[in-house]
Amino acid sequence: MNLIERVIAISRRRSPWICRLNAGSCNGCDIEITPLLSPRYDAEQLGIELHGTPKHADIVLISGTLTLRSRQAILDIYDQVPNPKAVVALGSCPSSGNVFAGSPLVLSCSLDTVVPVDVWVPGCPPRPQAILDGIARAAKLLEDGATKSQLAKSRLAGSQPESRCGRPS
Amino acid sequence: MNAVWSYLVAIAVWPGLLFAAPLGWLELWFMRKLVARLQGRQGPPFFQPFFDVMKLLGKETVIPRGVSRGIFLALPLVSVAAVTAALAIVPLPGNPVPSLPGDVVLLLYLMEVPVLCEVLAGYVSRSIYGQVAAMREAILSLAYNLPFLVAIIAMAQVAGSFQMRALQEVPYGLVHLLAAVTFLLALPARMKLNPFSIANAEHEIIADSHIEYSGPPLALFKLSHAIEVVLLTELFAVVFIPATPWPLVNLVVYLVAGILVLGGVTLLATTTARLRLTQAFRFYWVWGGLASAITMAATLVR
Ligand code: SF4
Repeated sequence: MNLIERVIAISRRRSPWICRLNAGSCNGCDIEITPLLSPRYDAEQLGIELHGTPKHADIVLISGTLTLRSRQAILDIYDQVPNPKAVVALGSCPSSGNVFAGSPLVLSCSLDTVVPVDVWVPGCPPRPQAILDGIARAAKLLEDGATKSQLAKSRLAGSQPESRCGRPS
Repeated sequence: MNAVWSYLVAIAVWPGLLFAAPLGWLELWFMRKLVARLQGRQGPPFFQPFFDVMKLLGKETVIPRGVSRGIFLALPLVSVAAVTAALAIVPLPGNPVPSLPGDVVLLLYLMEVPVLCEVLAGYVSRSIYGQVAAMREAILSLAYNLPFLVAIIAMAQVAGSFQMRALQEVPYGLVHLLAAVTFLLALPARMKLNPFSIANAEHEIIADSHIEYSGPPLALFKLSHAIEVVLLTELFAVVFIPATPWPLVNLVVYLVAGILVLGGVTLLATTTARLRLTQAFRFYWVWGGLASAITMAATLVR
């Protein structure tokens, strides 16, 4: 790894820009992101910036239950994020459906079957400290080139998971 | 040293890229840190703007479907080239470029190029948000350019010449003060800072006109903005701060003045909320127009 690659790798850890994606959340998780920008948690110290567009983001925070309608939106927005990228799943909903599991319009599968998830932040909703920690871990993975999408690109972890979930078979 | 070399040195080293990029990052960091401290936060680490640009350089570029590749990639390059060339004209102490008659006109023209690039970037992106941002930027530039241009033209009128060195050597007087105030009126809008951050209103239209840009082209736009901040503050210092006979002292005075001006506009930005486009337009054409008229009148009665 030469010097410039090293500097870029460090910059990936020091400047993670995040983009929020609400996949059908009750809004609890999203509200817990706002305090990150407040004086108490001040995510800017870690170089974190909240951006509205996936084109500027490095890390996508996906919160909420996966629904039949949001599945395609998640895939579209994930594809718009330029590589290298990381995904952080916020709350218990993306992993299991949480209290909404089994509802008619809810996909009964985890986010991992739709897009590769790098960090899971459990909780309903997770505390802001936990979210910050999740973002910092994802940023560290970006530096090491160890996010799932980066590994898939370098063909270490095989191909990306086929997103079968929610498709009529 | 022949002319070609002096231009190359001025654009690439001093006061061009090699000097302006780190100074721009320092000034951007200073603004972000000041905003954070005023809001009771800790704020970003010192190297943050540098890390942001380096990270963007290492990212992939996504070009939206249906967008012409050439113009999409050329716009950020043109923007950086124009602001760097504009900075090379500013007669900072030790600038190797010879003073040309009429370089004020060239400077003002080059300073419009990044604005034009931004408007075009919004329109070519095929994003509705980008187009709204481009429209806002274009309308706002019609507003803030009135006091901005008048401030510089009034100084040229007093100097009797459109040459940067002549502007610098005008004996200090009332016109300086009036023109400086007029220039400062236009500064927040030119820097896209808060009461006039209408074109980059992240809560209304998600981002500025670079919304569809990612990776290295976005990094170039960020770099262009950093150099533009240096250009505006140093232009203010060179034209409106009285020069001493010692170049080194001048340099220190110019840099300090630039930081002070930035502190002022940042303070304004943190204490105000965003105006609507019509309000900003009216502000510039009423109060900016009034200041321009007074400044021009002062050049005549002098
Ligand atoms: S994890 Fe809890 S707070 Fe978060 S979206 Fe699901 S139900 Fe709401």
